[in-house]
Amino acid sequence: MKIAVCVKQVPDTETKVKIAADGRSLDEASVTFVVSPYDEYAVEEALRIRDQQGGEVVAFSVGEERVASALRTILAMGADRAVHLKDTAFHGSDAVGLSRILAAALKPEGFDLILFGKQAVGTDRGQVGPRVAELLGLPHVSVVTKLTWEGSRFTAQREIEGAYEIVEGDLPVVLTAQKGLNEPRYASLKGILAAKKKEIRVTGAAELGLDPSTLGVAGARTRWEKLELPPARSAGKVLKDMDPAAAAAELVRLLRQEAKVI
Amino acid sequence: MGHQDVLVFVECRGGQIKRPSLEALSEGGRVARALGGKLLALCAAPGVRDLTAQLADLGPDRILVAEDEILSLYQPEVFATFLADAVRSTEAGCVLLSATAMGKDLGPRAAAKLDAGLAADCTQLEVDGGELRVKRPVFSGKAIATVRFSGHPVFVTLRPNVFPVESSGGKSPQPETLKVEWDPSRLRVKTVKIEASQGSEQDVSEASIVVSGGRAMKGPENFSLIRDLAQALGGAVGASRAAVDAGWIDHQYQVGQTGKVVSPNLYIACGISGAIQHLAGMSSSKVIVAINKDAEAPIFKLADYGIVGDLYEILPRLTEEVRKLKGNS
Repeated sequence: MKIAVCVKQVPDTETKVKIAADGRSLDEASVTFVVSPYDEYAVEEALRIRDQQGGEVVAFSVGEERVASALRTILAMGADRAVHLKDTAFHGSDAVGLSRILAAALKPEGFDLILFGKQAVGTDRGQVGPRVAELLGLPHVSVVTKLTWEGSRFTAQREIEGAYEIVEGDLPVVLTAQKGLNEPRYASLKGILAAKKKEIRVTGAAELGLDPSTLGVAGARTRWEKLELPPARSAGKVLKDMDPAAAAAELVRLLRQEAKVI
Repeated sequence: MGHQDVLVFVECRGGQIKRPSLEALSEGGRVARALGGKLLALCAAPGVRDLTAQLADLGPDRILVAEDEILSLYQPEVFATFLADAVRSTEAGCVLLSATAMGKDLGPRAAAKLDAGLAADCTQLEVDGGELRVKRPVFSGKAIATVRFSGHPVFVTLRPNVFPVESSGGKSPQPETLKVEWDPSRLRVKTVKIEASQGSEQDVSEASIVVSGGRAMKGPENFSLIRDLAQALGGAVGASRAAVDAGWIDHQYQVGQTGKVVSPNLYIACGISGAIQHLAGMSSSKVIVAINKDAEAPIFKLADYGIVGDLYEILPRLTEEVRKLKGNS
């Protein structure tokens, strides 16, 4: 099976957010970048399917120079090769632009299965998977927590509120991975060494036949006008050194009479 | 013309209109009035016509209904085609969906058909100079982005439990019927059924009260203390990543950066220290209560109310007090 996995490099989830001087972006000065956690489930699933059914796993990522390290991580986990979509025309792309770039890169390869994380941690949009599926004219299933195969026919379990949707279908398809799908592996030392010899092909707008005016800031349909820290919550009333029964009774009284939420 | 009109996708499941869709319709009415446009409600489910009376209070100018059998389960391709076609034919400039499992999936696919921008999981909408501007939490709530759009239409998904459902006089237009032209055999990928997950508890993302347990629960068996309190309050059970990763409770209960983002009226964090990971998922709750042994736990810094103490002593008494209160009211 020919499998693509699309990943995004994002600020580590432990990042303390600082607003940049422009007032509308993240100050990246002391940020550690990692592969978005949901993407790791996508990569793990891709590798497991390849190891069981044979084929190839190709990783794709859009972004500046530092993104090469994210692709190197995926190669170290076991992907066969990677494509780094890098071009100044890509800078500032929103979900519309990113989808356009990825779809253009994916299309000529004719993948059977294209995997994404269910959303990138940080921008938390969750749009690029379904959008790429639409641009490629493929069906998609998002937020997948379980995936089983019978030949090229799959059954996916998709998480919804308090239940699961059971989705059946044939390849090709686009899937987005949710936590619970699997337990992602760590790259082994051997994997890290092997990754150094694997190919990361760098490609830009011209090679993909993309019009720069439809990408980046120029082609964005949404833009951040402002980025701010949320209003700080001030600490409230803390009951301490009280008898548990008295504390419980007082809390219930406060929630009923003062906060009026119960 | 028509760019001032607001179309709201109304979601149904199990023969019911989902509450977050009413929130979206109410907010859509506010936006439509600010834009000087009309409010359109789009409903897609067999039997939904009989439910549209519930929408009258929220003042839709038009109600569009499709009841074809193929809409009985959520099929992304069918719903996205239907929604995009409805946006084209009504020329609505602004499309609202609730950021539910369905809305989060349907919005981007339909927006892609129209080459339209989408702002996901928004918590505030405003109209400025005849254009929509929205706020949405990013970096899991650690920052708030103000988003502007280019072009029309624009898509917005609204975080559940944030927007009030407010009556706006009431209109009861006659529902107009739309047809869905889809041959079911064309669906190569198909949703075949819905399976309830364990228990029939409320989902943490939909509840107006959430009681969550963390590392201090020590094991799966102690989650019964959390369940009892949640049940007494009519709320849902949640958990921190520590509890989920330890295998004490399923991931669907996880609140936080790699779990669900919730904004209930009341969030009670029990034995949760308040790692950034967790705070990201619940800090937009309206009232936060922390119960923790450690008076220095970061969770107390944002809690409106707190008890410093042993949750094994406090929770059963709290449940008892709540039952007493509910019994009397």
